[in-house]
Amino acid sequence: MKNIFGFLISVTLGVFIILALANTDAFPEFGSANTDNRVSSQYLIEDNVNDIGSGNIVTAIVVGYRGFDTLGEVTVLFISALGVAFMLSSPKQERLDLKFRPNFMLRVGSKILFGIILVTSFYIILHGHLTPGGGFPGGAIIASSVLLLYLADDKFRSNIKSFKILEGVAGSLFVIIGLLGLVLATYFLQNFLPAGNIGELLSAGIIPIIYILIGLKVGSEIAGIVDNFLTEEESA
Amino acid sequence: MIQYAAIILFVFGLYGLFTNKNVIKMIISLNVMEVGLNIFIISIGFNSDPNSIAPIISSTNQLSSVFVDPLPQALVLTAIVIGVGTTALGLAIAKNIYKTYNTFELDEMEESA
Repeated sequence: MKNIFGFLISVTLGVFIILALANTDAFPEFGSANTDNRVSSQYLIEDNVNDIGSGNIVTAIVVGYRGFDTLGEVTVLFISALGVAFMLSSPKQERLDLKFRPNFMLRVGSKILFGIILVTSFYIILHGHLTPGGGFPGGAIIASSVLLLYLADDKFRSNIKSFKILEGVAGSLFVIIGLLGLVLATYFLQNFLPAGNIGELLSAGIIPIIYILIGLKVGSEIAGIVDNFLTEEESA
Repeated sequence: MIQYAAIILFVFGLYGLFTNKNVIKMIISLNVMEVGLNIFIISIGFNSDPNSIAPIISSTNQLSSVFVDPLPQALVLTAIVIGVGTTALGLAIAKNIYKTYNTFELDEMEESA
């Protein structure tokens, strides 16, 4: 009975959503999006692109035009990591036992892979303003490399304190760079470094710096979450 | 058409949220809803013109070419990160629930409490 009610409510809502969105400007036919009469057309004007200096327009929006948004987003992630730590951590913790004994090959192989994954993540973070990618995906890859070490070695326990310090330093530097924009230029998070040529590694002013900080912060935060989930209270 | 598929995915997630009594399944339903919304937002900016490309300027892609709308992509990037945060928080709460009641089912919880 409850399933039928749930089904009816869901279907009604879906039909209402489709009817409400049909034939409006906000719901163009699939594939016919035109950026000319949208906000995005401003981001694609040549003057603005040269001003911000980032080849990847999505990065230009995330870190450049909407940098303050991103600061809030990083704060949300920080608070959720804090909540997870608050709920799962206790003073005395030990590793969750794996269901299998990792052999020698697995342990050594995972350490080699760890390095390769870490290098890939730094490449993705550093080239956030030139290619697809950036701080958020790169940070997730850093966390995935830490997760690999956790899963492949039953004795491994990352130094969670240094992750916390890295996270705090990266977050503070983000705000400090924003405040420098306020001091050296006119508004918070303004780009006070030269924009440079589009396509070069050292271009786009503060965007790569902020993306590196975001990458380190996101990586250490998600690694902290992974550590919280893979440890448990020490059974006396 | 993809937009309708995204809305159907959202409705699936809502149905799962209504009918499931398992905490983990409820969190998964929330994630399905989130994926549906993300696909919908991305599909708003899609341009099926064969010349349209990802909004990245490089030596081969000049500014004059037709770009896909970059703003929905930037917003979905934000939404994905926040989704990760909320999912982690939800799973942490689920782990605490399991530690207290030894079950993930909401019905059994009421009986044992």
